[in-house]
Amino acid sequence: MALLDEKIRAQVQPQAQALIKPVTLHVFTQELECQFCRETRQLAEELAAMAPEKIKVAVHNFVLDKAEVETYKIDKIPALAVVGEQDYGIRFFGIPGGYEFTSLLQAITMVGSGDAGLSQASRMKLGALIKPVNLKVYVTLTCPYCPQAVHLAHQMAMASPLIRAEMIEATEFPHLANRDQIMAVPKVVIDGIGSFEGALPEALFIEKIIALVNGGKT
Amino acid sequence: MPMDFKMDIPSSSALNEGEEKDVVFDMAILGGGPAGLTAAVYAMRKQMSVIMISPDLGGQVLKTSGIENYMGFQYITGAELSQKFSEQAQLFSIKRLQESAIHLKQIENNRFVTRTDGGREITSRTLILATGKRWRKLNIPGEELYLGHGVVNCAVCDAPFFKGLPVVVAGGGNSAASAALDLIRLNCKVTLVNYSPGWQADPVLMKQLQGRVELLDQHQILEIQGEHDRVTGVKLMDRESKREHQLETSGVFIEIGLIPNTEVFKGFVALNEYLEISVDCATRTSRRGVFAAGDCTSVPEKQIIIAAGEGAKAALAAYHYITFQKH
Repeated sequence: MALLDEKIRAQVQPQAQALIKPVTLHVFTQELECQFCRETRQLAEELAAMAPEKIKVAVHNFVLDKAEVETYKIDKIPALAVVGEQDYGIRFFGIPGGYEFTSLLQAITMVGSGDAGLSQASRMKLGALIKPVNLKVYVTLTCPYCPQAVHLAHQMAMASPLIRAEMIEATEFPHLANRDQIMAVPKVVIDGIGSFEGALPEALFIEKIIALVNGGKT
Repeated sequence: MPMDFKMDIPSSSALNEGEEKDVVFDMAILGGGPAGLTAAVYAMRKQMSVIMISPDLGGQVLKTSGIENYMGFQYITGAELSQKFSEQAQLFSIKRLQESAIHLKQIENNRFVTRTDGGREITSRTLILATGKRWRKLNIPGEELYLGHGVVNCAVCDAPFFKGLPVVVAGGGNSAASAALDLIRLNCKVTLVNYSPGWQADPVLMKQLQGRVELLDQHQILEIQGEHDRVTGVKLMDRESKREHQLETSGVFIEIGLIPNTEVFKGFVALNEYLEISVDCATRTSRRGVFAAGDCTSVPEKQIIIAAGEGAKAALAAYHYITFQKH
């Protein structure tokens, strides 16, 4: 049974077919002991089927395909890397369902356009980054405010080679949610540096991250 | 569990950097809830140029679990209804800016300039203020300290983190009862704490809660307590007997009513004693060319269907205002 209904297909297909540059969805999965691996793979394949010339799917076994796991730095599944002409560091850990389907479509559209869509001011601020940053954006699939934070993080990843940005569906990875003390979403965590909660406008979101990374403040 | 997939892609209509320069929109709508979205649809059908300035599309409906009193739907989730609103609005080429207004001023030629928290300045001939309301705070010790660490303002977002745990829901109205029902489904042990005497929630909701949650009527939460960055309990007072007692809990869901998002409008248009924007029966505010609709206004009864209807009225009133000005 298809995951995406006819109505959603009708809306997504024109966008998928209008992509300027090809996009590859690298899906990392395994057959057993993974709650939403099967659905995540199916979701990627249904999207690719809407525009086979524009969207490709590459399925990798998390246990066996060690080279790809290493290349894309995958440490948990289900995982999905949205890759364009290059790997910008855009990741989804956990199924991008519910409100996060919007984040996935936004990531595909952005990578397929070749433009992160950030303002000139934001790009200049990102140029001030002095070290690599791994942004973890914790979400739940019922959180209407989360896609805004996820997309901004992914935009930053595309705009800066120093940034990698991950959506993490908190209920699928309770040990990580517990480790990072997630009890409210969206929450942005920068490993070893700090965190903040809430979806902020672009300028504030970027300022907050730059301040955390360059200032080392929590 | 059936998986659903929600779409809200603003990029096709997003206001590009600098696009607002030298542009005067017919209408700037501040707020993206039922009032703002309905106003947008009505304005677009009148072929007005419209920009919607709002951090989200859906407003409070996004945070509403289930809706049983919006005509045409016997039952629909808040997420689904806001999705339908958004889809209908996005059939038109409405410009959208995902930011919030922080300052308004009137300039020459009866035009208005809205400055946003993203530093943009939008000029328009009319304004529709539809910024809705936000949840009230308890204003008690521990509330700010444990926000995001057990104190919850968005039940639909954060309820999954409390699966199987004891939780307190503060409030006695429909939103509190709905949150309690959601938490029961997650096997939480729920205590519903109502400050006022008598429950304000619809009887149909209260009936579903009977025997499944502990109901504490006329109780005040005095303090939210915690250890190691997490909520561990609350201090309560029975307002009749004045007796205080402790209750162990992992979460406090605050659903105690709403306050209008009108701070930005103070001094720009008249507000009533509840800080709602005063409007007449045609949604006109105290300032010509500025209209208001939905929960942020003085219109009695805060309901989705009423907000939507007021949004339609505001758009038509603004259209008539512009038409009159042109002639």
